Amino acid sequence: MSQIVKAPDVRLVPARRRFLGTLGTATLSATAVAILAGCERMATAQGGSAANDVQILNVALGLEQEAITAYQLGAESGLLQKPVLDVAVAFQSHHKEHAGALEATIRKLGGAPVAPKSKDEYARALNAASLRNQTDVLKLAQRLERGAANAYIGVIPSFGSKDLAKVAARLAADETMHWTALTSALAEPLPKGALSFGG
Amino acid sequence: MCRAATAAILTLAGLLIAAGAVHAADPERGRELYEARCTGCHSIDANRVGPMHRGVFGRKAGSVADFTYSPAVKASAIVWNDATLDRWLAGPQKLIPGQRMNFTVGQPEDRADIIAYLKSDAAR
Repeated sequence: MSQIVKAPDVRLVPARRRFLGTLGTATLSATAVAILAGCERMATAQGGSAANDVQILNVALGLEQEAITAYQLGAESGLLQKPVLDVAVAFQSHHKEHAGALEATIRKLGGAPVAPKSKDEYARALNAASLRNQTDVLKLAQRLERGAANAYIGVIPSFGSKDLAKVAARLAADETMHWTALTSALAEPLPKGALSFGG
Repeated sequence: MCRAATAAILTLAGLLIAAGAVHAADPERGRELYEARCTGCHSIDANRVGPMHRGVFGRKAGSVADFTYSPAVKASAIVWNDATLDRWLAGPQKLIPGQRMNFTVGQPEDRADIIAYLKSDAAR
């Protein structure tokens, strides 16, 4: 029996159909802002920990802003063909919703959301000039999504608010979903072992 | 006497290994861990959400040019070495209260491997 677990046959076209078909019920904007905002009382009640929670949320916001621009760079590169392009735009919309929810929560907790960098700064930092084809773009997105999922998991123990820790877990799940779809699109194998994220 | 001492040392080493107290840091595994867990915010050669890591080992905390650190990290006198990096990755807020990272690496052997990678030629 092979130890390699093949990625399920989830090509981007059906993935996109399912994906777009569920956007109406899965969107974060309508519900997550309310969920995040509902953490205000708990975080405030925990005094000093609220300030640290705001710091964590602002780092998360910076990460989401970078992801939004990364997908924008990919979309504008001319390297993505449909339906991959449509999926990239859909994933970007998730990151925009994440960013919107994080901004709203930071403000409700009395913090100031960090401002995004310029597109040129992100392009330099991500070495966007080196992207030559669709696979390069997908690999960049795959790397960023895995990093984002692990970043969210890695800050969960640091939250003072358990509600915000739960939200971080939900955000990590979204990033993991993106990573899994991108990994499938690249026809790469899934991890052999369990617990391949976080640690 | 010599034989007895050797046996005692080997016994002690065996106990330490069995207890997981001895871990030969593996920079290649550290590179893989770095790619998986750190690159959401960091790169070796570019400032992103977090500062670039090339040359971090032996560098003073908060000293990368063109990166905006938290006041706490900027004011810190810490120099990054095996011990300080291990404490930072285990609990950044405990090491430098007021920092912004808050990301933790729970397993000591994972921290040791990541630090070994950051010390290696690939990241120096």
